[in-house]
Amino acid sequence: MTSPVLDVHGLSRTFRLRSGPVHAVRGLDLSAERGEVLGVLGPNGAGKTTTVRMLATLLPPTGGRAVVAGRDLLADPAGVRARIGYVAQSGGLDPNCPVGEELVTQGRMHGLPRAGSRARAAELAADLNLADLLDRPTAALSGGQRRRLEIALGLVNRPEVLFLDEPTTGLDPGSRADLWDLVRRVRREHGTTVLLTTHYLDEADALADRLVIVDAGAVVAEGTPADLKARHGAATLQDAFLAITGRATDAPAAV
Amino acid sequence: MNRLIADTGVIFGRSLRQTLRSKTALTFGMLQPLLFLALMGPLLSRLDLRTGGTAWQAFVPGLLVQLALLGGMFVGLGILIERQVGVIDRMRVTPLHPAAPLLGRMLRDVVQLVVQSALLVLLGVAFGLRAPVGGVLLGFVFVALLSAALSMLSYGLAMNVRTAPEFAAIANTTVLPLMLLAGLLLPMTLAPGWLDAASRIVPFRYTVDAVRHLYLGEYADGTVLAGLAVTAALAALGLAGGLALFRRSGRTP
Repeated sequence: MTSPVLDVHGLSRTFRLRSGPVHAVRGLDLSAERGEVLGVLGPNGAGKTTTVRMLATLLPPTGGRAVVAGRDLLADPAGVRARIGYVAQSGGLDPNCPVGEELVTQGRMHGLPRAGSRARAAELAADLNLADLLDRPTAALSGGQRRRLEIALGLVNRPEVLFLDEPTTGLDPGSRADLWDLVRRVRREHGTTVLLTTHYLDEADALADRLVIVDAGAVVAEGTPADLKARHGAATLQDAFLAITGRATDAPAAV
Repeated sequence: MNRLIADTGVIFGRSLRQTLRSKTALTFGMLQPLLFLALMGPLLSRLDLRTGGTAWQAFVPGLLVQLALLGGMFVGLGILIERQVGVIDRMRVTPLHPAAPLLGRMLRDVVQLVVQSALLVLLGVAFGLRAPVGGVLLGFVFVALLSAALSMLSYGLAMNVRTAPEFAAIANTTVLPLMLLAGLLLPMTLAPGWLDAASRIVPFRYTVDAVRHLYLGEYADGTVLAGLAVTAALAALGLAGGLALFRRSGRTP
């Protein structure tokens, strides 16, 4: 058995607000093997984004420990950063910057020399179907193109773990399908471990090898989509989800 | 250390390209001091401002400090927008040196403000400014130090406020009294005793007095040295404070 590339124990984050403490994540455990697509599924406010921000070194946990891409999150955050890619919900693009320049600069920020960074940008642009858009400012991209660029930026350093925070929120069905294909291809071709958060049940079902369902900051169920359905005698993931969380859904395909 | 320099260079290059792309920002940043020079300078040109030289030798240094003050104080708006769209987070998830995002931007600001200062001086010469070249060049050192200090503090502030209006309110209310009290547009040599005394608590007062002396060809008198000491101390404070505030912003959501 290989050691997990992602191994999280008791991860917690409490925000101290004026109105009192908010326990956004409470003692979360999860793990993923190399090359696995792990879906973190939960309603809005379940603590998905907070969890991903902690695992991506952006937010210090208030409790627990984690190994991310073989490095200890608390002892060696710089080592983690060199080995992960992170695509936030908000994306993080400079609207006036041309696509090609964003790609090259991202490589430079990862410490690639100028020529190496250009080569890597060209490679990713060809691979992610961005080659015709290199001179375009990112503000002029469609939603699907933007997402592809953001994922390309996350892949510049050939990460062992790629974090995608709600990657298809706001995309049209065609772009969603393209993005699912892209995630599968990244995993297949590079053995990248992907942790993606979503509140779309169909997305979790289609894309994830294994799911953790989080609610109110803790894992409430875990397993493959088929396991979860079988365990709760449910025909669809949605029925399983309802049985687990006791929640009504606010959209046919979303939690 | 090498990593810090290389990473600062990467962010400097990125920021400089952003500036060169946005031609409107470049123009409008310059516009205000140019208007002061063209529309207010001539009003003063025949007055004796009691600084020991021509009115232009007192007025242009004031405009340079004003440019550094206003230009430096508001650069935070840029990083605030980048923070809100997630650019800063994206940088923080790379192995980039943690000080590089601020230092690279600050160097861009210093270059931009010194170039704008040089244009301002050239235009001043066209209007009638006469000052020794050595003094003018040394004056740019003061502009650079002051720009660095304010730019760092501005970024530190912008990383710790919630919204752009909040940032603008704080920056505006800080800058206006400081600008008036420092005697930038009109020197404090004209002020009544109480105002002159009050203005001595404002660090920019020492900067502008020093640059005025440089423009008179006095390079090593007490005023210049005091101005250099205060301005360099301000730059050190801005550097330390800005970086501390930037680190702080990374520990909070």
